[in-house]
Amino acid sequence: MTTLAPTHPETTPHASDADAPSRPFAVLAEFDTVEGVLHATQAAYDAGYRKMDVHTPFPIHGIDDALGVKPTILPWIVLAMGLTGMALGLVMTSYTMGFVESPIPGVPTVLEPYPYLISGKPLWSLAAYIPVIFELTIMFSAYTAVFAMFFLNKLPMLYNPLFNSDLMKRATDDRFVLAIEAADRNFDEQSTAAFLKDKGALSTDLVSY
Amino acid sequence: MASITPGYDVTLEDPHRNTGDDPTRRAPLVLGGQGFRDITDKAAAVALNWPALWWWAFFLPSVAFAGLFFSLIGYLFATGVGVWGNNQPAAWGFPIINFVFWVGIGHAGTLISAILFLFRQNWRTAINRFAEAMTIFAVVCAGIFPGIHVGRPWLAFWLFPYPNQMAMWPQFRSPLLWDVFAVSTYASVSLLFWYTGMVPDIATLRDRTKNRIAKVAYGIMSFGWTGSSRHWHRFEKAYLLLAALCTPLVLSVHSVVSFDFAVAQMPGWHTTFFPPYFVAGAIYGGFAMVLTLAVPCRHLLGFRDIITERHIENCCKVMLGTGMIVTYAYTAELFFAWYSGHHYERSIFLFRLGGPYWWGFWLLILLNCLIPQIMWIKKCRLNPWTIMIAAMAVNAGMWFERYVIVVTSLANDFVPSSWDQFNPTWVDLWMFAGSFGLFCTNFLLFLKFLPTVAIAEVKTVTPEAHGHGGHHDAATEGH
Repeated sequence: MTTLAPTHPETTPHASDADAPSRPFAVLAEFDTVEGVLHATQAAYDAGYRKMDVHTPFPIHGIDDALGVKPTILPWIVLAMGLTGMALGLVMTSYTMGFVESPIPGVPTVLEPYPYLISGKPLWSLAAYIPVIFELTIMFSAYTAVFAMFFLNKLPMLYNPLFNSDLMKRATDDRFVLAIEAADRNFDEQSTAAFLKDKGALSTDLVSY
Repeated sequence: MASITPGYDVTLEDPHRNTGDDPTRRAPLVLGGQGFRDITDKAAAVALNWPALWWWAFFLPSVAFAGLFFSLIGYLFATGVGVWGNNQPAAWGFPIINFVFWVGIGHAGTLISAILFLFRQNWRTAINRFAEAMTIFAVVCAGIFPGIHVGRPWLAFWLFPYPNQMAMWPQFRSPLLWDVFAVSTYASVSLLFWYTGMVPDIATLRDRTKNRIAKVAYGIMSFGWTGSSRHWHRFEKAYLLLAALCTPLVLSVHSVVSFDFAVAQMPGWHTTFFPPYFVAGAIYGGFAMVLTLAVPCRHLLGFRDIITERHIENCCKVMLGTGMIVTYAYTAELFFAWYSGHHYERSIFLFRLGGPYWWGFWLLILLNCLIPQIMWIKKCRLNPWTIMIAAMAVNAGMWFERYVIVVTSLANDFVPSSWDQFNPTWVDLWMFAGSFGLFCTNFLLFLKFLPTVAIAEVKTVTPEAHGHGGHHDAATEGH
């Protein structure tokens, strides 16, 4: 199973599976303007739909409010990991260079500190450790920003029923696709599609698992 | 992604020129009245079609030079560092010069992608992708040189702190170790920044390609990106955070590189002035490389309406501006040497001006300070040939700057009895040439297989991306 969209949904293993007849996943509606999709999304939100998403070739402004997206906790995760990196750098440099013998009794040899006694310089010279501590702070924060973002977005995703629709092919190009999931309590195959048509969708498509 | 200011002036007299100087009219960044699909078509065309003849014409020699580079590395490993010209007292010959040269070039990419992003310079969108690619490939070249310069490269992992049977830890007070941390952080974070920004565009290629293998490859590389607005929300936040983290990072990297020199006691190196001087020099050299790549690319790849004359002109202006900082730095350095009253400091600068390496010093003044002054003239900023002359001058000039800094101080330290001339060997010269082969190979592969232009970001700076009319005003409150 890959992320790729089979061109013909009926040839997917799921569709041909006898005990899993094509269970609807979502209704998709395509729009060709930013205003159109914003308008329809706002209308869908006002009509009580919540489990929906808008797939766009680029981030559009105002969609977060229309969809009711809450601010992500990502910055806090990044802050926490940045502080972790800083603490790690501080502890690592101070411990490995700041002691003649380990203050922790019974520490294995491989973890013993290694003091460099050079021209009477203090063993614990914080100023000289700052570049390393700084770089570790940045490294931890930046890695976290990327990996936590993909993790929160549940990516990489190996199979996504959305790709069973040909409409998604243009969601990375020039169309704006509003998808209302079947899991939404107001969802109904016919009336949801009719609602989206009414809000100016160029076309709608029902995708199945 | 930066897209906050609609209101581009689309009533140009000539739809293919946006280089007007009227500050009351916001110049459009995408020309030719292109819609979203036109942008996708143009940007994806290179990756989806068989490469053009010019691509092969550049690629084959590049691969040959890259092969030469790795062969010479093999020769070096088999024989020893004696194949290079560096020896006491000039123990840092070409490898360190090339390291500083390449790592400096990388800085312009990060400046464009991170700093200009924070400053909401929307024109960065057309050039940031390949400037970032330039950063990655320059840092790859940069990383190789100190790696093979350590003498016993198979033990290079000793640079990293890990618990080991020798019960030893690295010397965290050493600028050389700071460099390990700075450059490895810089390389990996730049890679993440570049790749993260590229994921939505790889998804675009995935959805467009007809080739089965390409489809699978782009499918895996794009992680199943659907363009979900919930995803974009976190994506934009992550991108902003990365930009904010990369900004101090990029300034720190060349500062740390300059500490390799400034913390040492050598005359001509031991000054607090080095970090800003090096950072400005890095951005200067980097923008010259951006122009060296952007000017031919926009013609060869057909990106004239995406990477417009205004983009090129802006890069020229940044290059000129940083060039003036660098020129000021050279002057200030001479002044400090004189004003310090320090005997050795004065001697080394007189030695640079008139010693056996005088040609290097005067060449760098000519290439870095004089020739790029043509960028003051608007006509020269719009003519690809004059831009290339200035950019090539700076590329060469910045290399000579590092040559002069590294070699003159080392070859002539405090004790005249230890003075010696530095002479590069054929291995030095061909290895430097070979590193360009590696850089160009990587860059050409990038041009062929990956989204060269940030497709999604460029769409955000078109007027259509901002919507018109007032019916969604309620939705945009708070923006």
